[in-house]
Amino acid sequence: MPDISPSLSNPSLLSRFWFHTRRNISNPHLYLGLLGIACFGFLYYLFTEGWPLPRFEKLPGPVAVFTEWFSPDPMWGISIYSEEYYQHIWASVRRVGIALLIATGLGVPLGLLMGWSKVFKDYSFPVLELLRPIPVLAWVPLAILMFNDTETPVIFLATLASFYITVLNTMLGVESINPNFIRAAACLGSKPHHLFLHVILPGALPFIFTGLQISVGISWFSLVAAEMVSGQYGLGYLILNSYTSVTYETIVIIMMTLGLVGYASSALVRFVGRQLMQWQARALALENR
Amino acid sequence: MQDTKALLQLQAVSRCYQSAWAKDTIIENLSLDIAPNKMTVVIGPSGCGKSTLINLIAGFEKPDSGEILLEGKPVKGPSHERMVVFQESALMPWLNVYENIIFGPKLRKERSMAEIKAEAEALLEKVGLSVFAQQYPRQLSGGMQRRAELARALINSPQLMLMDEPFRGLDALSHELMQDFFLKLFEETRNTCLFVTSEVDEAILLADQLAILSNRPAQVRAVLDIDLPRPRTQEILNSPEAYAYKRQALELLYEEALKNFQREGKPDDFLEAYSQQEGRHS
Repeated sequence: MPDISPSLSNPSLLSRFWFHTRRNISNPHLYLGLLGIACFGFLYYLFTEGWPLPRFEKLPGPVAVFTEWFSPDPMWGISIYSEEYYQHIWASVRRVGIALLIATGLGVPLGLLMGWSKVFKDYSFPVLELLRPIPVLAWVPLAILMFNDTETPVIFLATLASFYITVLNTMLGVESINPNFIRAAACLGSKPHHLFLHVILPGALPFIFTGLQISVGISWFSLVAAEMVSGQYGLGYLILNSYTSVTYETIVIIMMTLGLVGYASSALVRFVGRQLMQWQARALALENR
Repeated sequence: MQDTKALLQLQAVSRCYQSAWAKDTIIENLSLDIAPNKMTVVIGPSGCGKSTLINLIAGFEKPDSGEILLEGKPVKGPSHERMVVFQESALMPWLNVYENIIFGPKLRKERSMAEIKAEAEALLEKVGLSVFAQQYPRQLSGGMQRRAELARALINSPQLMLMDEPFRGLDALSHELMQDFFLKLFEETRNTCLFVTSEVDEAILLADQLAILSNRPAQVRAVLDIDLPRPRTQEILNSPEAYAYKRQALELLYEEALKNFQREGKPDDFLEAYSQQEGRHS
């Protein structure tokens, strides 16, 4: 047979990690990315501090922000040395974590059901599509009416948007499954519960993880919005608080922190996805992606 | 069971798809007997309903009228007695080759895992994929995927193998090699097989019995007994006997294919397009 096949080894997690690290270091992507960030940082410096444009005059420049961020004795109380900083980060990370767990725990089964049962989809899809365009912030009053404490409404709001995304992506994932897989499984003697467990769920998994990646991001920005409206801790709360107390450096510190934490959380989702879907990761690797 | 009787009987089977606007009859009054331990090849003009026929026998769809009997018992839904090998590979991409092969037996739990494992390994050896057992389907070439799929079907020891243009989409060389491989496999096991194809050469090479379908709605236009000696190789296609069969089959097919154009009022368009194409090539 003129078959050309790739290497046959099944590498361990650690050796895969090394392989990727080595490849990333020897690849221009990493350096180009860093260069891009440096360019952005330079422009930011240039327009705010070096040669300030009229519109940007009032904005804190990178030198001011980084001095404050890395100062052991920050002027406005928030730096990498202050305990309060980590309390706020933790409060937000915890809320996003809970929101994602709820959104995934409810969204994935619902999406699977909608993709699986035509009748169920007929009932539920219009409801979903009517609720989905309602902006998260429009829910704020009702959320506060529904939940009496300060914590739950914030989590509810952060859950909402990612829930829709998860449901939709999971449903599309089920619908994207090649019908021949289902037929083949039926031929091989699958009962409906086998089909669900061994074909529908793994078949929809790539879409579920794509949805999860989007919903991590959505969950972060609806969380920050919610924290600005209600809540007593968290990064969103801190931004609004700093605004009213005119500590603009802190606002930019929190914005950069949000960027970093957001990036880290979607990287984590990508990592988990790759571990769960080696079959897809390897196929993509063959195409050099 | 009488061995001389047909393993599978299609008795006046009809199937149509009904939409709000029109009724499209795919298969009408189709009757065909499939003999045990023989290779029955079904050939017909493209779009004549060959895949629908496979779906009916596999039990994915129900006939609107008529009966499909396996050893005298009506077919009800999909079962591992009638294994389908699909047009494009239908290996589960999230399972490796070995897991794909044991998918059926593992679910049905009719045998012990040790037994299943032993047979899977024997089959992997047979299809030449032992080394690739732990690989995922997408890491394999097209030809290897088809062999893995054959192994996945064979481990269920089906009474009837349903092959729906299984080698379509392979490159010419792999295609020929797969035919050789499949021919050898069949001649060893003599597993009853219904093989659907649209290529005359492939049909003559493989068939004991060649059923030629008419244009839509599909009926059996003729059944030819292909009486060529086994074991066969590609060489046999060069023999005068094979050539005669081919002529006979092509004539019937040509008539049916032509109807397709006439029915749709296309012969002129077709000829025009054809002559343009010719002009471009010369």
